[in-house]
Amino acid sequence: MTVTTITDAELAPKDYASDQEVRWCPGCGDYAILKAVQKALAELGAPRERTVFVSGIGCAARFPYYLSTYGFHTIHGRAPAIATGIKLANPGLDVWVVTGDGDGLSIGGNHMLHVLRRNVDLQIILFNNEIYGLTKGQYSPTSRRGTHSPSTPQGSIESPVSPCAFALGAGARFVARAVDTQQPEVVALLKRAHAHRGASFVEVFQNCVVFNDGVFDHFTSKDAASDTQLHVEHGKPLLFGRNRERALRLKPGAVALEVVRAGQGGVPPGDILVHDETNRVLAQLLAALEPPAFPVALGVLYCDPATSYEADVYAQARAAGFSGEPADLGALLRREGTWTVAP
Amino acid sequence: MATASTLRARQARESVVIRFAGDSGDGMQVTGSRFTVETALAGNDLTTFPDFPAEIRAPAGTTFGVSAFQIQFGARDVMTPGDAVDVLVAMNPAALKVDVKDLRRGGTVLVDTGAFTERNLTKAGFPANPLEDGSLAAYQVLTFDITRLTTEAVKPFGLSSREAHRCRNMWALGLMLWMYGRDRQATIEWLRRKFADRPELAQANVAAVNAGHAFGETAEMSEHLVGYTVPSAPAEPGRYRTVSGTEALAWGLIAGMRGAGLEKMIFAGYPITPASLLLHTLANLKAYGVVTFQAEDEIAAIGAAIGAAYSGALGVTSSSGPGMALKTEMLGLAIATELPIVVINSQRAGPSTGMPTKAEQSDLFQAVHGRNADAPLAVIAAATAVDCFEVAIEAVRIATTYMTPVIVLSDAYLAHAAEPWRLPEATALPRFPVRFRTDPTGFHPFVRDPATLARAWAVPGTPGLEHRIGGLEKDYDTGHISYDPDNHARMTRTRAAKIAGIADGIPPQQVSLGDDHGAVAVVGWGSTYGAIHRAVSEARDEGGDVSHIHLRYLNPFPRNLGDLLARFERILVPEMNAGQLVQLLRAAYLVPAEGLSKVEGKPFKVAEIVEAIEAALRVRSRP
Repeated sequence: MTVTTITDAELAPKDYASDQEVRWCPGCGDYAILKAVQKALAELGAPRERTVFVSGIGCAARFPYYLSTYGFHTIHGRAPAIATGIKLANPGLDVWVVTGDGDGLSIGGNHMLHVLRRNVDLQIILFNNEIYGLTKGQYSPTSRRGTHSPSTPQGSIESPVSPCAFALGAGARFVARAVDTQQPEVVALLKRAHAHRGASFVEVFQNCVVFNDGVFDHFTSKDAASDTQLHVEHGKPLLFGRNRERALRLKPGAVALEVVRAGQGGVPPGDILVHDETNRVLAQLLAALEPPAFPVALGVLYCDPATSYEADVYAQARAAGFSGEPADLGALLRREGTWTVAP
Repeated sequence: MATASTLRARQARESVVIRFAGDSGDGMQVTGSRFTVETALAGNDLTTFPDFPAEIRAPAGTTFGVSAFQIQFGARDVMTPGDAVDVLVAMNPAALKVDVKDLRRGGTVLVDTGAFTERNLTKAGFPANPLEDGSLAAYQVLTFDITRLTTEAVKPFGLSSREAHRCRNMWALGLMLWMYGRDRQATIEWLRRKFADRPELAQANVAAVNAGHAFGETAEMSEHLVGYTVPSAPAEPGRYRTVSGTEALAWGLIAGMRGAGLEKMIFAGYPITPASLLLHTLANLKAYGVVTFQAEDEIAAIGAAIGAAYSGALGVTSSSGPGMALKTEMLGLAIATELPIVVINSQRAGPSTGMPTKAEQSDLFQAVHGRNADAPLAVIAAATAVDCFEVAIEAVRIATTYMTPVIVLSDAYLAHAAEPWRLPEATALPRFPVRFRTDPTGFHPFVRDPATLARAWAVPGTPGLEHRIGGLEKDYDTGHISYDPDNHARMTRTRAAKIAGIADGIPPQQVSLGDDHGAVAVVGWGSTYGAIHRAVSEARDEGGDVSHIHLRYLNPFPRNLGDLLARFERILVPEMNAGQLVQLLRAAYLVPAEGLSKVEGKPFKVAEIVEAIEAALRVRSRP
């Protein structure tokens, strides 16, 4: 398939909106993410005809219907598989996967694992609201232990999975995290994810106003944010707090992080960890941080590019003679063990 | 029992059934395949039946580790691997134990006495040595110490005793090639290629073939060891090769992709017996525009095929019964989004894991009906290894013409079975170029071709056609999400009408053999073709008023099928299941079709169908 490379001239965020009425609950975090995606697409100058959004099932999965690009609303948990097929058929397309905590980590956990380790060139946005919204409020694989829901009236007894830790464990080469309402940060992360060749995994904490309202308040509320959010940046010290007076350092004598005082009266500046987004071990440590003892790490936790899957697939195919031109089928059929019956 | 050899003239045979049987590590499949190639090159018609256990290397010497390869070849049209075995090559006691029951009375059994040790006899469950206790009196028994003869023949090449032992199959092959006057050259060249990096193994195997051959020609031998000639079968002029069902499917898919004018095929599969062979075959055909993808599971495999179809490539996936069950929800998505994919099911005995290497035809209901809701799709079946080629092309044609998933039913038998094939000219293959939608005027994703009811194939990358599809019901007129009751009814009817309309583009049902009316029609589908055809032919030779009708199109049926069936008094439906086509025919046409069921994981014998035909004819002739 040849791809036309017409770039839409100066598209605004609204030009990436479809004519369909958005049907999420009023106040849903999905609205904010939709706006951020439209803004990111506009800033990227993404050609609509070459952009494809693929989703599974769940509230988040309605996403493609609200964009003016190509969109495929598939079945529960399977968007990564379909997106892989799209990318294999046409590597020139810009393919995004929209999923949720249930879709991507429960029913679709297997596909998520494999799409990440294969490193298919996709942007995967996982909306994490720690609940099943569309099926009316059951606990999800990211729900914290003790979550009361219609299916867990006495509270959930399961340990949750951390999406970013899972992605890193699966071998993802780009892992980032953001909060739905922090639009500039979300937009910036989406653009970085887009620039990354290979599977980019972005977890967005998304508030479900109906079934799990306020579940992230302990680190997203205005009062709490500065002391509970660590915005990581490659090459910068890991500082947080209202006056950036707190820091992370390696705990002496242990493979662990600890929160220390920075600045005057604090630890020597040389002790404070500097973020290295190519360090997978550090990324795992950062992904695991949780309040109240630690801040939540946001931003690009890990980015260490390698060749993407479909690029390797086509490199092998070309080495084996794939050219896009039809090879001689007749010669294939006749290549060995033939005999002729004379007239 | 060897006596001095005398020069005897070769005896002529019209057709012969040979079965090579041994331990699953004895190389019986290779032996059979090489005998097949030499036999094809000798101009015989042939059909093969590899029959092997699911265990890769079952404990040596056990009955459940026996692997067999059967071939029927002849001077006439050969359509089945043969009901009864004429010559059994048994490489150990377990093989004798398992396979001698299929040897016809008076048939020849050739055994390696070197393998008939106390230990092997015990493992096979023989209380006494069958070579000595008279239990094989009904057969002609040829005994050779193939183990020792092979070891001697390969001695100059310095192999380990284990490696030397593994040349036994080539010794046996050499003897059988001598027995039927076959050439050895293609096998010798093949061995040299296969062991190119181990020249001593190549030399040893060639020496073993030659030794077996020379033994037949010169050594002292039993009076029963005679050579035969099987004249070549009459065949249409042309270029030929042998082809297995798997190869024919692979090449047919490529021919179909070409016919549709598509640039590439994305073939996504997950390893499963016996379907994996197709993945392996296509993985080596990248030069022909094939991209293979080994997915993480069956669901991802069909998902990738759907994604590929959405993007304008030929999307294909393949599996076997249990894997097909996993693909079910995705099939529903392909039906709802009306995307063209081809799904190949190499059926095996079930339910559940069942008998993975044994053939059955028990997924017909699953293919036709096995989805949630009203979810029709096209189902076609291949009858023979050669037919797999045409069926694959036809599957691509239907999928791309009607924008629908197509299920191709093959089975474990067809996947492995091989037969000679007169090669088609690549230029003469069907062409049915797809037209991708490019015009934005009046476009929505469910805008339909009024003739085929196919929706437009608009692929990402096309400016102005950006659209959203998915599993939610869509509005007939706009393609947007719709919960409107009348619209759902209309879309349901349209999806059904589109599939039913495929019947307008397929040939009317022909009668394979016999008249288009009469006393008994034997109606089959899939790999039972050869057995039914031969059975009907034999019954007709005896004066029976019986015809053979074989269905390729199982959903929808050909338009004339009901009328055709109505012209017969009785309808007999042999199937390797508990009775599935028979129910579909009764439901569709209210005809009194009767089933003939075989669910033993083995193909029908001709005699079993002949018997059923005779019974049907007898009932009819009663006053």
